[in-house]
Amino acid sequence: MKILVPVKRVPDPTQKAKIKDGHIDLTGASWIVNTFDEYAVETALRLLENGADGSRIAGAEIVVVTLGPADAQKELRTCLAMGADRAIHVECQDNEIDSLVVVKVLKGIVEAEKPDLVVMGKQAVDGDANQVGQMLAGKLGWAQATFAASIELAGDKKSLTVGREVDGGVEYKKVPVPSVVSVDLRIVGPKSVKNGVTPESHAYSGEGARLPSLKGIMAAKKKPMATAKLADYGAEAQPAIKELSVVLPPPRKAGEIIADIPTLVKKLADEAKAL
Amino acid sequence: MGNVIAFCEFSGDQLRTSALANIAFARQAAQAHGGEVIALLVGKGAQAAAPHASKFAPKVVVVEDAGLAHYLAESYAPIVARLAKENAATVVTATATALGKDLVPRVAALLDAGQASDISKLEGKDTFVRPILAGNAYSTVQIGTPIICVTPRQSEFEAAPELGSAGTVTTAAAGTIETCGAEFVRLDAQKSDRPDLGDAKVVVSGGRGMKTGENFKVLEELADLLGAAMGASRAATDAGMVPADWQVGQTGKIVAPNLYFAVAISGAIQHLAGMKGSKTIVAINKNKDEPIFQVADYGIVAEWEKAVPELIAEIKKLKASR
Repeated sequence: MKILVPVKRVPDPTQKAKIKDGHIDLTGASWIVNTFDEYAVETALRLLENGADGSRIAGAEIVVVTLGPADAQKELRTCLAMGADRAIHVECQDNEIDSLVVVKVLKGIVEAEKPDLVVMGKQAVDGDANQVGQMLAGKLGWAQATFAASIELAGDKKSLTVGREVDGGVEYKKVPVPSVVSVDLRIVGPKSVKNGVTPESHAYSGEGARLPSLKGIMAAKKKPMATAKLADYGAEAQPAIKELSVVLPPPRKAGEIIADIPTLVKKLADEAKAL
Repeated sequence: MGNVIAFCEFSGDQLRTSALANIAFARQAAQAHGGEVIALLVGKGAQAAAPHASKFAPKVVVVEDAGLAHYLAESYAPIVARLAKENAATVVTATATALGKDLVPRVAALLDAGQASDISKLEGKDTFVRPILAGNAYSTVQIGTPIICVTPRQSEFEAAPELGSAGTVTTAAAGTIETCGAEFVRLDAQKSDRPDLGDAKVVVSGGRGMKTGENFKVLEELADLLGAAMGASRAATDAGMVPADWQVGQTGKIVAPNLYFAVAISGAIQHLAGMKGSKTIVAINKNKDEPIFQVADYGIVAEWEKAVPELIAEIKKLKASR
């Protein structure tokens, strides 16, 4: 089984947002692999390994891909260090692409690589758009299983049953191979991914995605990294979505500490008129 | 000139409250585009909800078919895309619910449309304001495609009022239903008599400091006293204390009730992203240095074990005095 994992680098969300010339100032920003995409790499690994002994299922391959400037290779190396096998870097500037351009490129990569699954994060934590997985599935005419909180691979490896967190509960949806899966937070739970190889008794740590080991970091340096351009996939640096400006919301005015509950209830009733 | 297709979710013979926010946005978009709002109801039981929908939209299009017993993005998206073209729509919109977020980008792909997700404001015909970076910044985006797809955020658009006269209802064929091999298996529903988290006027949320699911009982008592919905921080849902769909935050539900109680919640940036639009925020936490106090209008520095029962008693007293 071959899994393609598209990833995006995002500015570390713990940094405070600053504005310069009407846009987010990324000068000197530190970058990380988008958390949901890191979870997607983790999911791909769990689908293709025996979690109990860490061995990879024979013939399994994980290819990570990103679109971005030269620096974005650092985040691809992080994914390789986690255990992905090779990387594709499509070179472009961040302001040259939008969801539609990204989808066009990914579609081209899917057609060339012919993966059995595309597994990706449900959204990037910078743009919070939550679009690319669904758009890619639509363009490919593939089934989609978005917001996956659990995945169970069928014995014949021809379909998966995905638990999706929806309004009012958890929906279980069966999708064939190939299809596009976008993962939610709880996909990294101790027993969220079942591949029929990892013993039922095995529980992952549940602490999120695995950290690259020293051995993994060393191995990642030698793993193949192909580079490509937008034009290689018939895409142009002409985004249809333009960011005109960004502003920071006015800070909420600091509230007050209330001494006791009766005073709170009085204030809620009389001052806030909320009760 | 262009019409606005407003894909509306329904339950029984009523549009969902979330759909009324979509209609409110669709009216603004229709005005900007010089067209009209067409409410689109797709799926099993759609016909039954059409009379209610016609109170809010001048035109209602219903697609009901035995092959649409369960929602699937794969089967719904081509229908929405086709009807958008047939009805000369320049905007396709659905509320940013779990279903809307799943469906609309797939529709956008079929229409080669640019999409503005989770928007908070229509600024112009093709220009929208939307939160980014977990709500820490607002981006104004302009979309240059002939058709634009939008998912408005429910908490940012007030439910549309009824029109003076009812709109017309027509039906459209589903056509060949595509599933791309996808199948609905089952829904494990969280049954609750409480209001939907997205619609509730009051929300009571608990965090990691509640320690166990059992401890949420006292918060549920407070919620039921106030007709509130229950919420939780990611720490509490991840720990399995409460159901995952209670999660309020960047990746959970975005809420903006009149009154929000944050109990034993530290106030991580991801949680604040989901609730800082609330009108009045009350924080109860034993640690006065927690970031939640920086967004709360009223803070109580106390252990929840003591504060919440006392709060319930005081609210009961207040209610009895009225």
